[in-house]
Amino acid sequence: MKKNNIFKKILTLYIPLLILLVFILFPFYWTFITSIKVESELYGQATYWPKSVTFDAYHKLFTTTINFFDSMKNSFIVATETTVVSLFVSTLAAYAFSRYKFKGRAPLMGLFLCNNMFPTVLLLLPLYAIMRKLGLLYTHISLVLSYTTFTIPFSIWLLNGFINDLPLTLEEAAMIDGCSRGKAFMKIIIPILGPCLVSTGVYIFMNSWNEYTFAMMFTNSKTRTIPVALKNMIGQLGVQWDLLTAGGILTIIPVCIMFFFAQKRLVSGLTAGAVKG
Amino acid sequence: MLDKKKITPYLLLTPALLIMLLVVLIPVLRALMMSFMNYDLRRPKDIGFIGLMNYITLFKDRLFWLALLKTVIWVGVGVFFQFFFGFILALLLNRPFRARGIVRAVSMIPWVTPGVLIGLMWRWIYDGNFGVLNDLLMKIGLINKNIPFLSQTSTAFPSVIVTIIWQGIPFFALMLLAGLQGVPNELYEAAQMDGAGWATKLFKITIPSMKNTISVTVLLRIIWVANSVDVIFNMSGGGPAYSTQTLSVYIYNKGNALDLGYASSMAIVMAILLSFIAIPYIKSTFRSKV
Repeated sequence: MKKNNIFKKILTLYIPLLILLVFILFPFYWTFITSIKVESELYGQATYWPKSVTFDAYHKLFTTTINFFDSMKNSFIVATETTVVSLFVSTLAAYAFSRYKFKGRAPLMGLFLCNNMFPTVLLLLPLYAIMRKLGLLYTHISLVLSYTTFTIPFSIWLLNGFINDLPLTLEEAAMIDGCSRGKAFMKIIIPILGPCLVSTGVYIFMNSWNEYTFAMMFTNSKTRTIPVALKNMIGQLGVQWDLLTAGGILTIIPVCIMFFFAQKRLVSGLTAGAVKG
Repeated sequence: MLDKKKITPYLLLTPALLIMLLVVLIPVLRALMMSFMNYDLRRPKDIGFIGLMNYITLFKDRLFWLALLKTVIWVGVGVFFQFFFGFILALLLNRPFRARGIVRAVSMIPWVTPGVLIGLMWRWIYDGNFGVLNDLLMKIGLINKNIPFLSQTSTAFPSVIVTIIWQGIPFFALMLLAGLQGVPNELYEAAQMDGAGWATKLFKITIPSMKNTISVTVLLRIIWVANSVDVIFNMSGGGPAYSTQTLSVYIYNKGNALDLGYASSMAIVMAILLSFIAIPYIKSTFRSKV
């Protein structure tokens, strides 16, 4: 009986899981070994385990005209600025939605929700024209502003859910002790909300770090972010796959690390709406 | 409510509303305006209002209708299989086994990977000369000569669809897993006593109890997949011979060519079409949240 159970578990759990995981993870494995293969091995008979390992591609990313470091710096600046601006604005708005009853609350919440539905291209075209007129094209500000179109609405909904889960008695107790509402917010709500703010921040950072559609049109060789730099490695002379995959690996490592730390709370925040609703 | 001051919530909302006014409301109005204009930045002298001309052109544009058809297939097939495999993954991850936490976290990696990288990674996998997929298929004996997956019209579109399916599985698994964990255990116990098999449990208990999660996730995903530009753009750019050009990609290509007027009119049409899908989602979320 017991043996039978193990056999059943292998057949219905481990084997399908293994197949799905191989499908999901193989592209990453392939990307990684491409980045450490020597050129002759790269463009020949495919090998599934590199015969010789080299980190030349990673070295070249930083020492040649590709100047991957500049792109990383640009991405970091844009993503950080987007995160700070979005978090600040969204926390205030989410607090208002969660703790106050006021005229226009429902339509305003609906407005923010609708925002997630706009086709990216619908905003991209006029924003391009506007940024061009304002002389903001090819600056970090143009990207930060564009990214707030999706980060702010999303963060408001995420944070609204988190704040709704905090009991109102927290502020009431502080106010009985003589705190003003604002002080109660700063001293009580913000610290408790800390981990949720971090998770939301990770989500914003991740999305800005990865964004390509706006970045391709709104940056030039000086301000280009990583996704654009990756694409630019496809030149007229073909693709330098070793460099491109090395750049790709360096791009996902920071977001993966951040995601692993933030995933638990982020997932509960993301799924709360769908599951409870 | 603690606070009697009526103005506080509005003050708190002001920064968010100001930014949204600047980056969403004004741009949408501007897109609407541009859609009635000849607005080609390569020919700035000819910029001016042309009434419904763009919409008439669009109606007669064979490529627009082709792109619309491609979008329907892209979204329909893509989201269906994302859901299908995502659901299987969620069911598997919902069962107890060792190292489940790690497996769960690792299987989410495609979700945090930039779309441009996904496009490029898969482009390398599909490569006609040195691509690993050709090598694998050759080893199994399914093919005897390399297939240039992305450069022939018959294989390019299925290839990009496989990539979007791959990208979307984790998100579905994530949402559906949360839904699964919300299904009350007593239901299964009762069914067990009645001697129900796994299929009965799945279709009579699991899926009905998750109706809400499923519909919200599917709707969200439809909108995201329809809007997705970066994957296709970096794999095939819409080619060969427009075989992978969805509406988003077509609009993006026109935008890149700086023909903002015509691109805007297509974007407006697309927004209207998507709103048919988005409005039920907004309504249902509204009922539960506000």
